[in-house]
Amino acid sequence: MTESKPPTHAEDSVAMASTASAAATTGITEEIVAANPLRDPRDKRLPRVAGPCVLVLFGVTGDLARKKLLPAIYDLANRGLLPPGFSLVGFARREWRDQDFAQLTHDAIKQHARTPYREEVWKQLSEGIFFCPGEFTDDGAFDALAMMLKEIDETRGTGGNYGFYLSVPPKFFPVVVQQLKRTDLAHGPEESWRRVVIEKPFGHDLKSAQELNAITSAVFPESSVFRIDHYLGKETVQNIMALRFANNLFEPIWNRGYVDHVQITMAEDIGIGGRAGYYDGIGAARDVIQNHLLQLLALVAMEDPTSFDADTLRREKEKVLKAVQLPGDLAHSTARGRYASGWQGGQPVVGYTEEEGIPEDSITETYAAIKLEIANRRWAGVPFYLRTGKRLGRRVTEVAVVFQKAPHLPFSKDDTEILGHNALVIRVQPDEGITVRFGSKVPGTAMEVRDVSMDFAYGESFMESSPEAYERLLLDVLIGDPPLFPHQREVELSWKILDPIEEFWASQGPPEDYPAGTWGPASADEMMARDGRVWRRL
Amino acid sequence: MTSFMLSDTTASKISSQLTHLRHQMGSPAVGMVLTLVVVCDESGQYDAVRAATEAAREHPSRILVVIGRDPEEPNRLDAELRIGESTPGEVILLRLYGELTRHADSVVSPLLLTDTPVVAWWPRESPEIPAKDAIGQLALRRIIDARPASDPVKAVSGRARSYVPGDTDLAWTRLTPWRSLLAAAFDQPVGKVKKGVVEAASGNASAPLLAAWLSERLGAPVKVADSEGPGLTGVTLSTADGTIKITRSDARLATLSRPGQPDRRVALTRRTTAELLAEEMRRLDPDEVYEAAIRRIGRTGRSS
Repeated sequence: MTESKPPTHAEDSVAMASTASAAATTGITEEIVAANPLRDPRDKRLPRVAGPCVLVLFGVTGDLARKKLLPAIYDLANRGLLPPGFSLVGFARREWRDQDFAQLTHDAIKQHARTPYREEVWKQLSEGIFFCPGEFTDDGAFDALAMMLKEIDETRGTGGNYGFYLSVPPKFFPVVVQQLKRTDLAHGPEESWRRVVIEKPFGHDLKSAQELNAITSAVFPESSVFRIDHYLGKETVQNIMALRFANNLFEPIWNRGYVDHVQITMAEDIGIGGRAGYYDGIGAARDVIQNHLLQLLALVAMEDPTSFDADTLRREKEKVLKAVQLPGDLAHSTARGRYASGWQGGQPVVGYTEEEGIPEDSITETYAAIKLEIANRRWAGVPFYLRTGKRLGRRVTEVAVVFQKAPHLPFSKDDTEILGHNALVIRVQPDEGITVRFGSKVPGTAMEVRDVSMDFAYGESFMESSPEAYERLLLDVLIGDPPLFPHQREVELSWKILDPIEEFWASQGPPEDYPAGTWGPASADEMMARDGRVWRRL
Repeated sequence: MTSFMLSDTTASKISSQLTHLRHQMGSPAVGMVLTLVVVCDESGQYDAVRAATEAAREHPSRILVVIGRDPEEPNRLDAELRIGESTPGEVILLRLYGELTRHADSVVSPLLLTDTPVVAWWPRESPEIPAKDAIGQLALRRIIDARPASDPVKAVSGRARSYVPGDTDLAWTRLTPWRSLLAAAFDQPVGKVKKGVVEAASGNASAPLLAAWLSERLGAPVKVADSEGPGLTGVTLSTADGTIKITRSDARLATLSRPGQPDRRVALTRRTTAELLAEEMRRLDPDEVYEAAIRRIGRTGRSS
């Protein structure tokens, strides 16, 4: 492949950070230019702004709404990315009026927004805040909602474009979706759009995921369903694609010829907090591996897509998820654990079974580690180790590509005794960036080689007001840009990977205890040791 | 924060002192992505450094501030090094005396970060032809600002003659929120625009740019009219279906009106210099849309 022109300095160094903004301009097609003379693909300063629309939020009183969604909406407005006339409708079982919901929104913004509070932005936003009280089962309430939306179209010029954000437990999906169908809110007139946004969990196994999908797909076409996996909205996760496909440095070694294994980790230092009701019976693997970690695996392992539009990107992710294989012996290639009481970061904490609302005979795991293989030419024989846990040493999410040792070392054995493997680490949170680990000579007269780390953090991580994942994803929903949202097929493929493991675990009794604040059960270390490897110390 | 003064020094001494300070702080390598060269005088120095360090939070940079002092004095170079001052990069203030004031590039050139882009910024007075300027020649992107010029409108209208890809003007950057809002208004079908008016305080440098952009894109004459200010106060576009109008009288909140639809209020705040700079550094490729706008002004003269 030849480049059409030699790259200049600027292109080189900007490539790293430009995924988000690249997507921002690629959205401008010839049709848009023809319809809107002020849009020009060369005009890279103009941000993508959503068209006129209404966002209807179900479950406004939840934590997610207060801490993430409402602040993200304000931040979008503050950055000038919401259209004039944008309106927000809250729906909940409260005897509230518009101003009560506006107050809740105001408080949420003041407390959690990332960009500074500005009165004029709030004024713009607050003019379009409405509230519709009612139960999900109450036909009257949804009729009122339909009326309200119609009125908003007239008074605010939102053109019949509605997004429905279901920030409610999945058990309410059927009734809400049916109500939207009954009131004809799910299908708009020509030239307008209706979209539905759902949050994980997308079921708890393949069967329930299919059932859940049957409910939404009976009413909304797949192209109108946006499944939020907030990890995919993160800057570094999108940077995986820039790193792999905008550079010539990494891709040649991104295969079984050079990679020894890959470790994908999401560690949390917190316990289950107030989520006992949801968490028990679900566990770490369903909660984290099925969605976040398998999505990260797909991005790291997929072949290069022909373009970054939703179809091609999702197709590549599906291909690699289809190629994922479970090892034959699950007892030796998986590990699970449960935190016992201990010390976490200098504080005494209780064990999982002592948490409020957790039955003593629970067999739910709070730590899960699995080994996967990918049966294709690129990855055959390279294990992918996925692990996640609660109450571990600290909070960190990363993808580490660990390379093979040099085939021959022209040094004496003593000189390179403590030399490990080279590694490329994509740090997802909390300190977003990239680390490269390689051997370097220790200064001095002796030839002693040891591992050193080189860090890179792009500006986003320095900015207090850097865009939050939810901001990016909400904007994508309103614009109708789906590449960062997993397709139902990906969800089902992920369950196909996890279901056999869950089945096996269900027959194994309670998981192995590990003291809170440590890095998981001994069986997880043994699992690595059997392969002659170790977990990275995080 | 570490700060260090070097009197009567050279670029290589500054360079080794920088390395020394970095090592002393225990962070010998940092991921800086570009060098920003700021050319200003002593009175503009404080504001410029402030804005540049703020913008460097988004784009970790080495900031070189070139301050011309008395050219009658004997030749001398004084330097002030600041590291770890609420910015991930480094700030180096260079004070030039005597004949050296005309050879600033000889000091700047050895201090540029290796193999990364260089951006030059003239916060106040800018050279006639930025790309021919000694510092400008080192830079991939040259940012000037027409606003502080004695005749801002003239400064903008003369730009087309000296334009070289990579030139840009903060008077143009200031328009992004306006242009974004106008583009959003046109996302819904709008009839053919017949003519338009951009209203701004007298002598506003951004107004002719906005008018030129609009007429270039819409293929209709757009005039500039004076108003009370502050800054840009409104855009009126007459279409076959009626008038689209954006008005902003307080430099904060604007009102968008269009035929057959209710008026809507939109926040349209003026941005700080740091925000403008950060926007500039986000894209380092030539801004062809800006070029088209100034070329149009060059063709049609300053009146339209």
